[in-house]
Amino acid sequence: MRQIEQDELESLATGASILGSGGGGAPYIFQINLQNLYADGVRVKLMDPSDLADDDLVAVVTMMGSPLVGQERLADAEIGAKALRAMEDFLGRRFSAVMTMEVGGGNAFQPLLVGAVTGLPVVDADAMGRAFPEAQMNSFAIADLPMSPLSIADIRDNEIVVTRAASWKWLERLSRKVCAELGSVAATCKAPRTGAEVKAYAIPNTTSQAIALGQEVRRARAAHEDPVAAALVAAKGKLLFRGKVADVQRQATEGFLRGTTRVEGIGDDRGAVFDVAFQNEFAVGWRDGKIVVTTPDLICLLDTESGEAIGTESLRYGQRVSVVALPASPVLRTPKGIAHVGPRAFGHDTDYITVFEEQGQ
Amino acid sequence: MSRIGIDVGGTHTDAVLIDGSRVLGAVKTGTTADVLSGVRTALSKLLDQTGCERSAISAVVIGTTHFTNAVIERRALEKVGALRIGLPASASVPPFSAWPSDLVAEVRGQAHMVAGGHEYDGRPIVDLDRVAIRDAARRMADAGLQSVAITSVFSPLTNAFEKEAEEIIAAEMPGASITLSHQLGRIGLLERENVAVLNASLQQLARKTVAAFGEAMRESGIEAPFFLTQNDGTIMPATMAMRYPVWCFASGPTNSMRGAAFLSGLEDAVVVDVGGTTSDIGYLTSGFPREANSAVDIGGVRTLFRMPDLLSIALGGGTEISTDGARIGPKSVGFRLVEKGLVFGGDTLTSTDIACAAGRIDLGDRSLVKHLAPELVARTLERMGNMIAEGVDRMKTEAGDVKLLAVGGGSFLIPDHVEGCAEVIRVEHHAVANAVGAAIAQASGEVDQIFSNLSREQAIHTAREDAEGRALAAGAAPGSLKVVDMEDMPLSYLPGDARRVRIRVVGEIAA
Repeated sequence: MRQIEQDELESLATGASILGSGGGGAPYIFQINLQNLYADGVRVKLMDPSDLADDDLVAVVTMMGSPLVGQERLADAEIGAKALRAMEDFLGRRFSAVMTMEVGGGNAFQPLLVGAVTGLPVVDADAMGRAFPEAQMNSFAIADLPMSPLSIADIRDNEIVVTRAASWKWLERLSRKVCAELGSVAATCKAPRTGAEVKAYAIPNTTSQAIALGQEVRRARAAHEDPVAAALVAAKGKLLFRGKVADVQRQATEGFLRGTTRVEGIGDDRGAVFDVAFQNEFAVGWRDGKIVVTTPDLICLLDTESGEAIGTESLRYGQRVSVVALPASPVLRTPKGIAHVGPRAFGHDTDYITVFEEQGQ
Repeated sequence: MSRIGIDVGGTHTDAVLIDGSRVLGAVKTGTTADVLSGVRTALSKLLDQTGCERSAISAVVIGTTHFTNAVIERRALEKVGALRIGLPASASVPPFSAWPSDLVAEVRGQAHMVAGGHEYDGRPIVDLDRVAIRDAARRMADAGLQSVAITSVFSPLTNAFEKEAEEIIAAEMPGASITLSHQLGRIGLLERENVAVLNASLQQLARKTVAAFGEAMRESGIEAPFFLTQNDGTIMPATMAMRYPVWCFASGPTNSMRGAAFLSGLEDAVVVDVGGTTSDIGYLTSGFPREANSAVDIGGVRTLFRMPDLLSIALGGGTEISTDGARIGPKSVGFRLVEKGLVFGGDTLTSTDIACAAGRIDLGDRSLVKHLAPELVARTLERMGNMIAEGVDRMKTEAGDVKLLAVGGGSFLIPDHVEGCAEVIRVEHHAVANAVGAAIAQASGEVDQIFSNLSREQAIHTAREDAEGRALAAGAAPGSLKVVDMEDMPLSYLPGDARRVRIRVVGEIAA
C-alpha cells in the first residue's frame, strides 16, 4: 500500500488518456476535482491486488453517460460514493477497497475520487487495461463472473439497484435507459468482486502503469525529447505510422460514436496512408488497405509533438499524429477474450491481428 | 461614406481611413499607457494626412488588445463574485479551480454555489434556490464587490436560471455589473464560467477604456458612432463592448486576417501575419477566420468561447539566429530590433539581417551583413520558409493548394514559393491590415445549440433563423445576411438523435 502523490495526478491523466485508445472521456475535470481534494489535505492510497484477502469485498466504480453532460455537471467525488453506499446497503456488507472497470480515460480517476471521500484504498487494477465501449467487454465478463447486482446513483436523491439482469446485453440496456432518465450521466457501482476474484481475473497494476506512462511522456516533454518515443518505451508499444489527419468521418448510432479517420504519411511514411476505424475507441487499423492491427491491441493516436492522446471526438484535419499500438493484456488475447473484445465484437469481419507476435498467441 | 479603423496594439496604434473599397490614408503611431493620447494622435495625423471632413465619417471602429493584455499582465483587474447554479452537482470543482494563484489573488472576491441548473433536454435538475442567491448577494454586497459572474449548468441551452438570478442580485446589489455566462461561452461549465469571471473582472477597465476612446473621438471633432471589433471579426456598439470586453480578446489577429481578405479580395486563403516575435497563422473561410473548437488558454485560464483558430510560431522579424545558423529562435529581440539587429549596428544576428543579406528587403546598413556566408544565408532562409510551410500545412482544413496572404511588418520573411500553397500574395497596406480589418467590420449573430428529435435539415434551419435574428438585433441590414460558418456534430449517449449545431451569420451594418 502506498500513497498516490499530488504530482502523480497529472501523470495519471496523461497516461490514462493514452490508454483510452481514443475513447474513455477526458480525465481533466476528474483530475481538477482530485487536485482540489489533495489541496485540502486528502490523500488516496494505492493497494497492490495481491494484498487483498480472498474474502475482501471490492467495489467496482465508474461514471457512465455522455461526455458532453460531464462537461456541465462536473465530476463529483460524493456522487460516486453514493453508488457505493447504495450497494453496501443492498448487500448488508461493507467494502474494503475500490477499483475501476476501465483505466483508459476519465474512469481511471473515479475510484480515486470515491477513495478520497470514503477513505477506502484503491486497488491497482482494472478489468480492461484500456477503454472499451460496452459493459461486457471486460475481464470479469470473459471469466463468466456474474454481472449483477449493479447500483446507479445520480446527483439528486435517486438510487437504483438492478438486482438481476438476464444477460450482459440486458444489463447494458437497462442501465442506459436509467442513465438517460437521470440526465445522461450517473455514478455506478458494478457487481461487487471478492478479493479472490480480483486476484484471479482483474488486470493487475494498471493504475501504476498509467501513472508511469504519463510520467515518461511528461518527462520527455520537459526535456525536449520525443514524447511519443518515451510513451512507446514506457508502454512497450510500437510505432505504426507518422502522418497527418487527412479525413474524419463520424456518425452517432445506438449511443456510440462510430467512424473512420485517414492519416496521410509524412517523413518515413510519406506516400502511404493509414486508416483507423473506431467505435468510441479505435478498433482496426489498415496500412495502404491492408489490416495490420486490431482490437484488443490498443490503437492510439498521439499528437506527434506533445505525445498527448487524441480522442475520436477531437480528431481534426491537419493534426500531426503518430499511430501507435500498445499490447493488450494477455487475458484479452485468449480465444475467449478475442470473442468478447476482438474485431468481430466491433462488427469487423476479421481475425485478431497483432503487431506483437513475439509476445502473444 | 468613409470609415475609420483603428487598431490599438501593445506597441503600435494604427489608423486607416477607407471609402468604399479604397484606402485613403494610413498612419502608425506609438501606443500610450493611457490609450487615449495614442488614439488622439493617430486620429489627428490621419485627418491631417487625408484632409477628410469630420462630418464625412460615418463610423469609427476600434480593435484593441488592451483587455487581453490586462489579464496576461494581471493589471487593472477587479475582484469578482462568482455565483454558480448547479448544486447538488459540481460541488467539488468550485469556481476558480485550476486558476494560476497570482490571478486568483487579483480576481477572486467570493465564490458561491447554489442549487439549480438544467438538464441537456431543458428539465430543471432541481429547483433554483432563490433564498441562497439572495444570501450570496448580500454577502457580496457587504464585501463591497461591484462585479458578479453567474453561471448555471447547461445555460447555453436553457438560460432561465441565470436570468432569474440576475434579477435577484440586481435587487440586492444596485449598480453592480452582472455577467451571465450563457451570453459569452459555450458548453463546458468550467471553461464558460472562467470566461464569465474574466469578463466580470474587466468591467471597470472596459468602462474606462471605452470612455477614453469616446473622448478621443470627441476631441477630434468626430461625431460618428463608434464600435469595437470582436474576436470573430464583427463589430459591437461601444456600449456593448463595455459589458462584454472578453469579446475583444483576440480581435487583433482577427482584424489582420479580415484586413488581408479585404485588401486582396480573397475570401478563402491562409493568412500569415509576421510580427516582431511571432507569426500568427490563421485560415480564412468566406472572409472570416475559422474558429477554434477547443479550449483556449488566456493568461493561464482555460476558456471556451468565440475565438479564432490561430497557430503562433516563434518566427518574426526580430527572431534571433545562432551565428552558425543551427538555431532559429525561439528568442527574439522583438521591438528592440532597431538597436540589436546587425543591419542597425547592433550585435545580434536576426531573421531580418538574413533577409537583408539575401536582398529580400533593404533596411539599415546592408554592408554590416556582407560578412555572412551566402551558404548560411540561403540555408537559414530556406529553413524559415519551411517553418512557415509547416505551420500553414498544419492549419489547413483540407488537402490541396491554398493561397497564402502575407501580411505584417515582417512578411518579407515569407518566401515567394511556399510548399502546399498555390501562390503567395502580398498586398498594399499590409502593415496596417489590422486597422483595415477594423474599418470594414460587419455585424453578426451566432447560435450554438443542441437539438433533439429534429432532422438534421430542420435543426440547421432553426439554428439559422435564430442566428439571423441575432445578427439583425446586432445592427445588420436585412438582405445582406449570409452564413459564414456552419458546423454540426451528432452526439453520443444522448437520446433523440441529439445534434449540436453551430452557425454564424454576418451582414453589413444597417445605415
